[in-house]
Amino acid sequence: MNIIIVGCGKVGQALAVQLSNDGNNITVIDLSAPKVNEVIGRHDIMGVVGNGATHLIQQEAGIKKADLLIAVTGSDELNLLCCLIAKKEGNCQTIARVRNPQYNTEARFLKDELGLAMIINPEYASAAEIARILRFPSAIKIETFAKGRVELIKFRLPEGSPIVNMAVKEVIAKLKCDVLICTIERGGEAYIANGDFVFREKDVISVVASPRKANDFFNKIKYKMRSVRDVMIVGGGEITHYLADILLRSDIAVKVIEKEPKVCEEMCTTLPDVTVINGDAVEQELLLEEGLENTGGFVALTNLDEENILLSLFAKNKSKCKLITKINRIDFDEVVNQLDLDSIIYPKHLTAETIVRYVRAMKNTIGSNVETLYSVIKDKVEAAEFIVREQSPIVGIPLSELKFKENVLVAAILRDRKVIIPRGHDVFLPGDAVVIVSQIMALHDITDMLKKG
Amino acid sequence: MNFRMIIYILGWILVFETIFLLIPLVTAIIYGESCVTAVLLSIAVCLAVGGLLIIKKPKNTVLYSREGFVIVSMSWIVLSLFGSLPFVFSGAIPNFIDALFETVSGFTTTGASILSEVETMPRAMLMWRSFTHWVGGMGVLVFIMAFIPLSGGQNIHIMKAESPGPSVSKLVPKVKTTALILYSIYFVLTLVEFVLLLFGGMSVFEALNTALATAGTGGFGIKNDSLGGYSPYIQIVVTVFMIMFAINFGSYYFVISGKLREALNKEVRIFLIIVFSAITIITLNVRGMFDSIGEAVRHVSFTVASIISTTGFSTVDFDLWPELSRTVIVLLMFVGGCAGSTGGGIKVTRVIILVKGLAKELEVMIHPKQLKKISVDSKPIEHEVVRSVNSYLVCYVLLFAASAALISIDEHDLITNFTAVSASINNIGPGLELVGPTQNFSVFSAPSKLVLIFDMLAGRLELFPMLLLFSRATWKK
Repeated sequence: MNIIIVGCGKVGQALAVQLSNDGNNITVIDLSAPKVNEVIGRHDIMGVVGNGATHLIQQEAGIKKADLLIAVTGSDELNLLCCLIAKKEGNCQTIARVRNPQYNTEARFLKDELGLAMIINPEYASAAEIARILRFPSAIKIETFAKGRVELIKFRLPEGSPIVNMAVKEVIAKLKCDVLICTIERGGEAYIANGDFVFREKDVISVVASPRKANDFFNKIKYKMRSVRDVMIVGGGEITHYLADILLRSDIAVKVIEKEPKVCEEMCTTLPDVTVINGDAVEQELLLEEGLENTGGFVALTNLDEENILLSLFAKNKSKCKLITKINRIDFDEVVNQLDLDSIIYPKHLTAETIVRYVRAMKNTIGSNVETLYSVIKDKVEAAEFIVREQSPIVGIPLSELKFKENVLVAAILRDRKVIIPRGHDVFLPGDAVVIVSQIMALHDITDMLKKG
Repeated sequence: MNFRMIIYILGWILVFETIFLLIPLVTAIIYGESCVTAVLLSIAVCLAVGGLLIIKKPKNTVLYSREGFVIVSMSWIVLSLFGSLPFVFSGAIPNFIDALFETVSGFTTTGASILSEVETMPRAMLMWRSFTHWVGGMGVLVFIMAFIPLSGGQNIHIMKAESPGPSVSKLVPKVKTTALILYSIYFVLTLVEFVLLLFGGMSVFEALNTALATAGTGGFGIKNDSLGGYSPYIQIVVTVFMIMFAINFGSYYFVISGKLREALNKEVRIFLIIVFSAITIITLNVRGMFDSIGEAVRHVSFTVASIISTTGFSTVDFDLWPELSRTVIVLLMFVGGCAGSTGGGIKVTRVIILVKGLAKELEVMIHPKQLKKISVDSKPIEHEVVRSVNSYLVCYVLLFAASAALISIDEHDLITNFTAVSASINNIGPGLELVGPTQNFSVFSAPSKLVLIFDMLAGRLELFPMLLLFSRATWKK
């Protein structure tokens, strides 16, 4: 596909790299020549210097032949204008990043009336993700498939769990649980689980299960399930607004610590049910006084990554609560992951991921047939959902007889609202939705997981 | 510095050279010439060395601009070294330095020869000479990079280092697709010329050689009098194609995609203006030397096209023309073709940027606080580009002076030395006096030939890659 990306910031770059690696033809537009030159020097894409909201520059970038324009500059209005002009000038779909909360309530109107394919609000997406994690605090990350009926849950194996030093097949046999263990991350390496894999302490494991079965599984491996009743949030930015709103609606008490009196006042009026504390969270006394030791969840959302990391490390020392840390800069994610900070939210990753997912799905309507696609472990393992077609060659053959490629796993089959965790005797039937976890990037069709010939 | 990766790519270069050598092999077989064994031996050497180098693909395939420059210059050196093997093995050019000169002259599309008698050469060797023009004209590396299994988009560093012109822009987002488009245009144009030449009564062998040498703007002829003995029709066809191959290939892409305005950009317009004014001036100057005005225009057009496109074919001995004409011809040598074509020289874009930059500087002297940016085709030229063009010119002048001084040790006259360096560094071929169209470069001593070999390579690769080979910073770990 021909894709134009307006805005060469972190998100724009991340998008350009991922989409270009997927085989799309990418053209980036940015006002700053050095920025454009840097990106085109590093990746196989084209660059145009100029204002992406002018039709001349868009023409130069080839809007006439583009299938999609993604506007991710720093300004909402510019992004929307880019999309509008692209709509008039070319015949393409458009995606805009719009982050101002005032527009957020109008997202639907904007989308329908301006003909945008998608409006992405990184702050709102981050808040939704944080809320999802707080509702299931044991997990590091949760993805949902098949409209929420299947969950892919990622968690860190606690010390002293009964399954440490056991092989995958023993665990399944012993616990008699209907879950499927998909991937194991250990020291920067990602493995797709096979029967003989032996668990170690601190492995990060992802499992596929229906929500009810998942609870069962976590009980059996003695993984403590704490439902979060109250959450302490540091920083009163936009994510906090969205997050507080979502949490309050599901009856979770919210306490926000913010040092700017003005922001505090504003929040009091917009979100009256929130306990707003005006103070500097860097003062340890304040945090302890406000009950850090007994809180169920602690979310660090200040604008400074360093401060967020330090706050979370401090909270980890003082409390057993669920920790969530927001990090804006994505450059050091490998180092940050080593800090054992529980869950980390990268709004920029999230934005890029959401758009990449959309683009892949869009592409699929042309070529292949992936329904949804998630990255389980960044750049290493992904999970894709396919629909089995009537004429597919894999219909009716037991899984044990299909010749799968290495590092491919059929994680779940959905048939008539029922979730089947597949075993060797199961077969695919037409109309099944199938979730496949694999190390092979860019699966385009369900048959891609089979060995050739 | 990623040495393993450089070695690996050099290995691939040799593998591709093996494939290129199949052309003279087939020619030798068709004409039943005795040099088959020599070509086979060359193929064996290339394949053995190349194969050895590509056995293991390095784990770290990252290339930065530093590696890009080294790869480009080393590749051209390796390509020329191994490309001279058939001449040496077959005994066609027994002296290695001479063979290397001929090969470098081929790959850099210079067309300067040390041979005084080409008609007795084996046809396979003539074919190889012409084919090196064709390969070198468009540049080999981008082509090769598009086809060897590598990941990442760092190919742009190589494209930047190899393709002629001050700034490189891709036609489409992917390097591979861009390369494919450019080579397709190149191939089709060559094919069209070949067919047109066949219509003019040339044999398949002659037409193919002439088409390949024109396409690369090379200039190796297969006759001692270059194209002088052919019909006016053939001379006109070659004239038109020499000019066409000196125009930015991006323009043809724009024509195909229906953007005529962009195809006829400033550079192309100025280029055509220069061509026509040069033809007018010289025709007026030499009209008395020809029987009719038509004939004068034909020969002058041919010569002007040949020199400005840096091809180097000739129909008449322009060394005998009056001083004004000879001077105009020498000036045309420096201008060269458009950026992004197969032509050499300083390039029309650079000339435009230099002149506009000078005008701007003069204006700023009058209004010292004025801020001004120069623009071409109403697009502002980044300061970086202007700076690199300026340093290019400085570099060019220094290299020119040093080379002229070094070869003057041979004690030839100044015009010979000056035009020999100019013909080498601008990748033209013939100069004036002792290196004029009817003469050749065999008058120079071996050290001088090495200097000219360096000039040809430096000229083809736009100076910087070759000069960076001598910088210690390039080789630091």
